[in-house]
Amino acid sequence: MESTIVKAVNYNSYFGDNHVVKDVNIEIPRNNVIAVMGPSGCGKTTFLRGINRMHELIPGATAKGQIMLNGEDVMEMHPIFVRLKIGMVFQRPNPFPNLSIYDNVIAGYKLNGIKLPKAERDKIVQHSLERVALWKEVKDSLNKKGTFLSGGQQQRLCIARAVAMEPEVLLFDEPTSALDPISTSTVEELFHELKKNYTLIIVTHNMQQAARCSDKTAFFYMGELVEYDDTKQMFTNPKDTRTQNYITGRFS
Amino acid sequence: MSAQIKYRIGKSAGFQGLTILLASSCVIPLVAILLYIIRAGITKINWSFITNVEKPVGEIGGGVAHALVGSLIIILMAAIVAVPIGILCGIYLGENRNSKLAYWSRLSVDILQGVPSIVIGIVVYIWLVKPFGYSAISGSIALAIMMLPIVVKSTEETLKLLPDNIKEAAYALGMPFHRVILKVILPCGISGILSGVMLSVARIAGETAPLLFTAFGCQFLTTDVRKPMETLPHLIFKYAISPYNDWKDLAWGASLILLIFVLLLNFFTRLITRKWKVQL
Repeated sequence: MESTIVKAVNYNSYFGDNHVVKDVNIEIPRNNVIAVMGPSGCGKTTFLRGINRMHELIPGATAKGQIMLNGEDVMEMHPIFVRLKIGMVFQRPNPFPNLSIYDNVIAGYKLNGIKLPKAERDKIVQHSLERVALWKEVKDSLNKKGTFLSGGQQQRLCIARAVAMEPEVLLFDEPTSALDPISTSTVEELFHELKKNYTLIIVTHNMQQAARCSDKTAFFYMGELVEYDDTKQMFTNPKDTRTQNYITGRFS
Repeated sequence: MSAQIKYRIGKSAGFQGLTILLASSCVIPLVAILLYIIRAGITKINWSFITNVEKPVGEIGGGVAHALVGSLIIILMAAIVAVPIGILCGIYLGENRNSKLAYWSRLSVDILQGVPSIVIGIVVYIWLVKPFGYSAISGSIALAIMMLPIVVKSTEETLKLLPDNIKEAAYALGMPFHRVILKVILPCGISGILSGVMLSVARIAGETAPLLFTAFGCQFLTTDVRKPMETLPHLIFKYAISPYNDWKDLAWGASLILLIFVLLLNFFTRLITRKWKVQL
């Protein structure tokens, strides 16, 4: 299997006239955790949302260039298909408030009208919840509403919901910024488990998180991809002065 | 304590007292109306009143069965027309807040809400009654036009309150637009939308003016919607302006029934909002 799974080629995105992501070229290897960091407003979230074409849902948003998934351009594919292949977890936990925990995990099938036998559904739910280390905590309350869980559990439920679709790539948009430190570390431990089966791209504000969890780190500044390297290399010996300034806290 | 502080405390207490006094005074008109209508109407209501139809003047034992059935049919038909259109329009307005169509459509709905009901009645008279004659259908259309803005507004307001991140979650799972709306947005907002529908029904249940020259009224129990049909508010109007005392009594009884119907609707609306509310 080819090692590069996602590749951006001269990727640009805009909000109206506002050029937010500028000419990004990046290659993301399979089964790795990639951290995307940078100061607020540097375009990292916009870039992430471009990968599964969530960017274009915002009125006035456009994109140019290519995002390749396994060598195929996602801009040419139907967005629905892209989003089945590339799952996403958001900043704030957003389980469907009208659905039970069980239905939340299976939501990608149920709400898309994909019919599965009960045994199969049970298997997917258990498997997905186990993957996010939530099964033991919720196995007796699967029929309760997803919103009854704590914030950290809700976020893991949202990860389970994305994992249940068996995507190839998982995108995380500052997944722990709304969580307390204990929930944060639980989610971070998950990253190491999840990368065995998926490729993870994580946008984060938190440099320590990038250093702790990722194999490779990309640094965005003013819409440009300034530096992209192995995380260790990046944090010990950054090549660009802007990266160095950011890491040492000269601006944030 | 200085006099200045005492004065300010006194002023604050006085203002608070005033708000409490005026808030409780809002209850007075409703209680007064309720008491009066119950006192005047309760003695007229019995089984034969509900099951009998109109009798000629002088004969005892006339009832409102034909008006009850007529009101239910006309309201139901109005709801069948107005609810789907209203909800879909509300969805569009909630989803496309800034488009040109949304602007014009929102403006039209706002203005429609302010159009006097008698004017709507006249317009429907010109459109439908003149070519086809008096009918229950034309009455339903007039009432549907009155319902529409209420349903649209309540749907739009409900959808606006739903957080965007639920919609994003649905899109990120690869759901197409129609499924996001039908399977996620509508179920999450169902209590608000339904209560809007119920309130709009309560609002039109008592409308008389648009029915005067559309459904027209009728002395018999009929379910033929192409013919004139009696309704409760029109029956009250007809009986109340009549010179006969026994008809006037029937008007009080019918008023009480209409009032009970509207109160029950309000009660169930509250029940639904509480029971089906999705905790966000």
